[in-house]
Amino acid sequence: MSTYKIAVIGDKDSILGFKTIGVETFPVTSSEAALNSLKKLVSDNYGVIFITEELARDLEDVLSELNKRYLPAIVLIPNSKGTLGIGIKQIKRNVEKAIGADILFRKEG
Amino acid sequence: MEIRVNPTRMELNRLKKRLTMAQRGHKLLKDKRDELIRQFLILVRKNKDLREHMEEELTGAFGKFLLARAVMPAENLEEALMYPTKTLNLEISQQNIMSVYAPKFDWAEEDTGGEGKSSIYPYGFVDTSAELDSSIETLSGVLDQLMELAEVEKSVQLLAEEIEKTRRRVNALEYILIPKLEETIKYIKMKLDESERGALTRLMKIKDVVRAKM
Repeated sequence: MSTYKIAVIGDKDSILGFKTIGVETFPVTSSEAALNSLKKLVSDNYGVIFITEELARDLEDVLSELNKRYLPAIVLIPNSKGTLGIGIKQIKRNVEKAIGADILFRKEG
Repeated sequence: MEIRVNPTRMELNRLKKRLTMAQRGHKLLKDKRDELIRQFLILVRKNKDLREHMEEELTGAFGKFLLARAVMPAENLEEALMYPTKTLNLEISQQNIMSVYAPKFDWAEEDTGGEGKSSIYPYGFVDTSAELDSSIETLSGVLDQLMELAEVEKSVQLLAEEIEKTRRRVNALEYILIPKLEETIKYIKMKLDESERGALTRLMKIKDVVRAKM
């Protein structure tokens, strides 16, 4: 058991507050920059990486690859403009993958 | 569609052994898949609730933060948040869900503020606004949820992956390997019976020939 770090990637307005609760912040503005910081964080020992949905939208391939790994755990968070529903969609996709049909969200969909 | 083999008794025995093995494996894998799905459903429900709750709270915190930004000069704000009073230490251990290894997060806050127990606010209250206080309070309350969500979501992802793999194996056994083996066994049995009948008729024929000569 060793010690890991926690990071958050996102636009500056959204993530600045995270700094006060002890999460390391990596403000970026474009998805390319986000990808670069993400790559850097993955090879370093970060256990949990929070990333805003707005940036994650363009990094789906990389993220779905990382999701198969044991570590790090990547969690999508909404940004200051509100949620885009990608996080929920990801859960939905997991259900479909495992069960073959979406049984959790059927009522809403 | 059968496997190409020599129709011999030895081959038959070998195939029968393989078939029982495949059936046993199939049953075990099916049980594994069912239990995985059960665990998965429990986790994924939790995941959904946590995420919905977290998104709501976080959006609230961001809203307040935005307000704080609006009423405070940007330099002041950044200055206020420059030196956090806490660092988070994250320890990761393994938990085993049906032999799927998922990380389990234990985190502890560590004060870096210096003297005594510091508050969650890394700044004095002179040139900061009340909106900032409440935004940071919400944010630090949401952290627990975020970490739990991270743990659950990762488990869900890994479980989904494993279920897919197991299901594929179950199906490969059920629809391909086992029918193939059964078919081949049938084929060998028929071949053997056929050659037995052939041998019998040949014997009878020879007997006739021998009798006629006597």
